[in-house]
Amino acid sequence: MQYLLMIYQNEAKMLAASQETVSQTMAAYGAYTEAMKKAGVYLGGNRLKPTASASNVRVTDGKTNVLDGPYAETKEQLGGYYLIDVPDLDAALSWAARCPGASRGTMEVRPIWPV
Amino acid sequence: MSRKDGENVREAAEKVARRSYGKLVAFLAARTGDVAGAEDALSDAFAAALSDWPSSGIPDRPEAWLMTAALRKVIDASRRQRRSENAAAHQRLIAEELNAAAKHAQEIPDDRLALMFACAHPAIEPAIRAPLTLQTVLGFDAATIASAFLVSPAAMSQRLVRAKNKIKQAGIPFRLPERAELRERLDAVLDAIYAAFTEGWSDPAGTEARRRNLAEEGIWLGRLVVMLLPNEPEALGLLALMLHAEARRGARRNAYGEYVPLAEQDTALWDISLIDEAEVLLSRANGLGATGRYQLEAAVQSAHAVRRRTGQSDWHAIERLYAALSALTNSPVVTINRAVALAEINGAAAALAELDALAVDDRLAEYQPYWAARAELSARAGKIGAADHAYERAIGLEANPAIRDFLQKRRTEMHRRENF
Repeated sequence: MQYLLMIYQNEAKMLAASQETVSQTMAAYGAYTEAMKKAGVYLGGNRLKPTASASNVRVTDGKTNVLDGPYAETKEQLGGYYLIDVPDLDAALSWAARCPGASRGTMEVRPIWPV
Repeated sequence: MSRKDGENVREAAEKVARRSYGKLVAFLAARTGDVAGAEDALSDAFAAALSDWPSSGIPDRPEAWLMTAALRKVIDASRRQRRSENAAAHQRLIAEELNAAAKHAQEIPDDRLALMFACAHPAIEPAIRAPLTLQTVLGFDAATIASAFLVSPAAMSQRLVRAKNKIKQAGIPFRLPERAELRERLDAVLDAIYAAFTEGWSDPAGTEARRRNLAEEGIWLGRLVVMLLPNEPEALGLLALMLHAEARRGARRNAYGEYVPLAEQDTALWDISLIDEAEVLLSRANGLGATGRYQLEAAVQSAHAVRRRTGQSDWHAIERLYAALSALTNSPVVTINRAVALAEINGAAAALAELDALAVDDRLAEYQPYWAARAELSARAGKIGAADHAYERAIGLEANPAIRDFLQKRRTEMHRRENF
């Protein structure tokens, strides 16, 4: 079964982190991604640029609206994701717990609707 | 009723709940075969206590009061279930118990061990035995158990309900097994307790109160089994093992909250009274003949504990004990631990050769301790490339941030040494 692991973190805190912390975090993510690949569960994943770079598009009554910024103002923001293929939710949760993001923010684990 | 009185009553009720929950569930379930029904009846009884006690006062024997109230609920519930054909007989049986219990209300028989044997019955799926025991004997709610075992709360509730249904439908007995099968069945009970303990142990800093409690509750259950079965060597061994581990809690983090591996722990921070208690239990177990897994594991911890006096773990003893464990369990985890001990005796290269034999086992691809051991041993053997690769795997598989930081630091230090 496929699951999307979404990494929610306090973006302001991340942006304020020291260079050392950032490089340690990046290394931890690198190792995590590698472990997923070696275990054969990794389908994809990406880090997202900060929410300041976000745009929202909405078409109402045929009129296009483009807005700056994140869709919703929340304490933690979506900062990246992984798409994995594992046997069941238990396995997905245990991979989510290993993500460096799990100890800094919240991992949302969502099963993918099969087509 | 003033607010303060209400709080007092609530406190009194909660105190009784904590102390007697498992005993009351066990007493009811052992007589009805229905764990979920017993839990429901008890939670109704607690609710009744909270509404009655403020006006009528806290009864002299709150436990007996709760038992009587719960028994009444059980009878009401079975009356409502008229569809059941043996409901009448069932009711009569329970009514008799009610009278008997009312008569001897100050001494409610302790059926908790029988309840534990039911929860760890071979017909119950092994993975749910520890959660089931925690819920029925200690009254943990499903959400707390789910977090500790890293399972979704909905799935955990569902599995607990299914297991309780199985106990009821399959007629799993609430009794101590016959002598002949007691040891084997006891192993399953002990495994469930140890699983609860290790889930609590996996948060060594105890930063998460829920998890720390789980380790404490594991020890509490271990003590309960030893109290009820004082001459079972494995029960003594398990309690000794848990106490040895618990004794080191304060040494597992430094002042900055960083992870400190066993070999680098300050032995002055170990809890001597817990170690002494563990040693007494272990020698009692050793005097009882049969040697099992938990005694051996406790003996390993005991061989580490000698460092407090001699300045060094007894690595020869540890290696021998792991060899004995390996023969007993054939587990790759034991082989990894044995290799680490071997490194202290014959050097890192010899230990790595042992680990190579395991490399064919697919399960190890996701087993963090294997990669952590490989990383440390390779680094010590001067195999920097292999160590780097193993560190990366170990870091990627680690869920505990303190240990992940520790491994990252080790990896960086290795490269720094290399560059000099």
